[in-house]
Amino acid sequence: MNMMTNKELGFADLLKNGQTLKQFRDGIIERTKATGYYNGQEKLEFRDSDPIGYEKLFSKLRGGLVHARETAKKIAASPIVEQEGELCFTLYNAVGDCVLTSTGIIIHVGTMGAAIKYMIENNWEANPGINPGDMFTNNDCSIGNVHPCDIATIVPIFWEGRLIGWVGGVTHVIDTGAVTPGSMSTGQVQRFGDGYMITCRKTGVNDTPLRDWLHESQRSVRTPKYWILDEKTRIAGCHMIRELVEEVIRADGIEAYEKFAYEVIEEGRRGLMNRIKAMTLPGKYRKVSFVDVPYKHEDVQVSSAFAKLDSIMHSPCEMTIKPDGKWRLDFEGASRWGWHTFNAHQVAFTSGIWVMMCQTLVPTQRINDGAYYATEFRLPKGTWCNPDDRRTGHAYAWHFLVSGWAALWRGLSQSYFSRGYLEEVNAGNANTSNWLQGGGINQDGEIHAVNSFEASSCGTGACAVKDGLNHAAAIWNPEGDMGDIEIWEMAEPLLYLGRNVKANSGGYGKYRGGCGFETLRMVWNAQDWTMFFMGNGFMNSDWGMMGGYPSATGYRFEAHKTGLEQRIAIGDSLPLGGDLDPTRPDYERHIDATAVVKRDKQCMTTEDCYDNHDLYLNYLRGGPGFGDPIDREPKAIENDLNQKFLLPEYAQKVYGAVFTQDAKGVFAVDVAKTAARRAEMRKERLARALPTREWMKEERERIINKHAAVQVQHMFATSFALSEKFTKEFKAFWSLPADWQLLETELNVPTYGSKHRMDLSLLPDVTTVVQVEE
Amino acid sequence: MSTYTNEQVAHLVEGSLDWETTFRMLSMPKDNSRFEQYLKALQAKVSFKDKIVLPLGPHLYIVQSAKTKRWVTQCDCGHVFGDYRENWKLHAAIYVRDTEEAMTEVYPKLMAPDTQWQVYREYYCPSCGTMHDVEAPTPWYPVIHDFEPDIEAFYKDWVGLPVPERAD
Repeated sequence: MNMMTNKELGFADLLKNGQTLKQFRDGIIERTKATGYYNGQEKLEFRDSDPIGYEKLFSKLRGGLVHARETAKKIAASPIVEQEGELCFTLYNAVGDCVLTSTGIIIHVGTMGAAIKYMIENNWEANPGINPGDMFTNNDCSIGNVHPCDIATIVPIFWEGRLIGWVGGVTHVIDTGAVTPGSMSTGQVQRFGDGYMITCRKTGVNDTPLRDWLHESQRSVRTPKYWILDEKTRIAGCHMIRELVEEVIRADGIEAYEKFAYEVIEEGRRGLMNRIKAMTLPGKYRKVSFVDVPYKHEDVQVSSAFAKLDSIMHSPCEMTIKPDGKWRLDFEGASRWGWHTFNAHQVAFTSGIWVMMCQTLVPTQRINDGAYYATEFRLPKGTWCNPDDRRTGHAYAWHFLVSGWAALWRGLSQSYFSRGYLEEVNAGNANTSNWLQGGGINQDGEIHAVNSFEASSCGTGACAVKDGLNHAAAIWNPEGDMGDIEIWEMAEPLLYLGRNVKANSGGYGKYRGGCGFETLRMVWNAQDWTMFFMGNGFMNSDWGMMGGYPSATGYRFEAHKTGLEQRIAIGDSLPLGGDLDPTRPDYERHIDATAVVKRDKQCMTTEDCYDNHDLYLNYLRGGPGFGDPIDREPKAIENDLNQKFLLPEYAQKVYGAVFTQDAKGVFAVDVAKTAARRAEMRKERLARALPTREWMKEERERIINKHAAVQVQHMFATSFALSEKFTKEFKAFWSLPADWQLLETELNVPTYGSKHRMDLSLLPDVTTVVQVEE
Repeated sequence: MSTYTNEQVAHLVEGSLDWETTFRMLSMPKDNSRFEQYLKALQAKVSFKDKIVLPLGPHLYIVQSAKTKRWVTQCDCGHVFGDYRENWKLHAAIYVRDTEEAMTEVYPKLMAPDTQWQVYREYYCPSCGTMHDVEAPTPWYPVIHDFEPDIEAFYKDWVGLPVPERAD
């Protein structure tokens, strides 16, 4: 009676094998490393001896995961979850490796696994304890979450008193109680302000949420109704899946289930390697992408002076496909993390990549951690994708994850093209923005926050045999859906004055990128309302492929003191529909001449006040193009003109189209005249061009003289400071003198954080989980 | 595994394949013979006699020179960019859109990058003016050598074809 129990000794024997979870996990890692097979499984006994039984188990579990997601999402009221499907449920084995996942935002294959691994490495089994009926909640970006608005509920699964796995459910909530409203806000520049942060906290026992958690969490966010319904969504899904596992075990036995839970991961590892060999081509692929962080502008109001600078995020990727079908993704040369909310934890990268790969390389139901084990990731410590400081903000990590992956599409698509699988080529993905966010008092008189997920339907990249899809998808959600206007108008005090395809937003090419779309919103029936913009404006994050152009960049349009209330009352003309040609703006002709209009490239702003009848243009970007535009079929150009996907001026200038327009406004492209014009264009191209090596001499001089905008130099300086290899290669390419260097300190911009940093791993009693080469 | 006729693959290359077959290509396991059929379709299209070793773009190939057996990067007009291991862009003609005026030639106002942040580098064939690539980097960015295929491993180990002769 007076003896210490396992609880006091800190050993819960959850696995009933005498091992702690950490010891068990260490064993799996060691066997994987030693043999090259996950958990040392050179032979897949269950799969090979009973393939039908194995497949039946697979189908039951996968079907159950999808079913749980579809059912649980109906509990949510947030359109982000209910309309856009921003949720996902994942089943893990006892060490937190993903067995199977549902449909949805499957970036979370690894993020919830990272949280489970963090609990394992930090002895959660001793304190706070892991028991049947427990619930844990996590959204901590410093241990693997993508951004704080992805809230994960994690439930352990026990069988006859023994821990056999975990189930996790995640939803993207509408507000996290960050400095400014919206789920991915911009006003904060550090973790402290990034929103309510929960680190694998025990938030429920005996299948019931704890009262302190319910009280604290709901008052920590602006939208408690949505929050609590999201919580119920996650809990319901997790419990459905736990019951499913119990049912499967009752039917098929614990031995079969446990064999499956490990073999399927090895099968996933082999599956990815097989796909790589079946679809790609060995070799080295070097791609790069960028995105703008324009924080110097007066409309970016942050609390810290050291964040007020313009900078560029840099993501060079060397993708090596090896003859054995393994691949390595190396981001040597990436720029440093920054004082904004666009940083990403290494797991956001290593896990998130599969949401993209399931749309190209592995379009199967068998997405699990096996793919991770077939991939070598190198994310240098200190870069934006693997920060070395525990203060970093992550609210919109996607600003650059989306951009970084555009480069991966191009690398893979090069391999598909060269191998002849033209149908698989995708020139890249749109920068999935703008994000319309804000908050205040809504039409129901309640404190509210919004994040319009219309960005879930941007243009896709062009293929090598067809155009990209218009307003169709977002890389981070394989089930693209722009949502219904009626639902958004219920969720946001913003009326629609237009929702149109955005002309010229898709990148030009033989096959053009898919066009984005634009919605014009008028504030209505709100009080003390604020909004802000978030997206790319000064730069493109995609490139186009093999002669195709990148998509158009973003821009912002907002109008205040519009006089629309009076114009509506007297029946005067109104700004309606799309902003068809921003070179010749039309909205301004239908609002008061004294209106305050902001029409520029500053697509990153912080919370600003909007009165009723103010306007906000939400422009969702297009995708990049493929192939030389002067190879485009005249009929396709004609179709684009007639559908207002392309302005006539650019049909002439970019595509060399010669056309007429009849009295009804219908365009007809003249094939012979177009061919003649294109022959002239070839000559004009050569007349204005230089041999590359001649141009390089001029560019070299500009580098020697340090002639470039500060943001460009800042980007290079942070990459140089982190990578000797990148610096050497840069200097060698431009034949720069040995003593040439570029330091942040010479740029006259804030350098806070450039020298003195502290990683999370330096906190006492913290063991971080490292899953990449750093 | 699905298989396709040479005619179907030729239509794919032309962009004229029916959607039903294209969709089958997308949804079914890949046909390993595609590469050979693809080379055949491309070889029939080009006017030069050199053997295509690996397609790089719609008008750009690594070929085995019929005269020297050297592997070079070549435009379909016949222009040679040099050894296949070198970055062909260094031997191209370049036009850099680095002013607002040059950018608004191709995109409406506000819809192109600000050239203080990003420029477009258009790489043309010096002989025929085909635009083979558009890079969109910051100023100062090195010209990217974006693809170094392991052709030997691909031919021998992945598709089981004899590696074309190469003179160095």
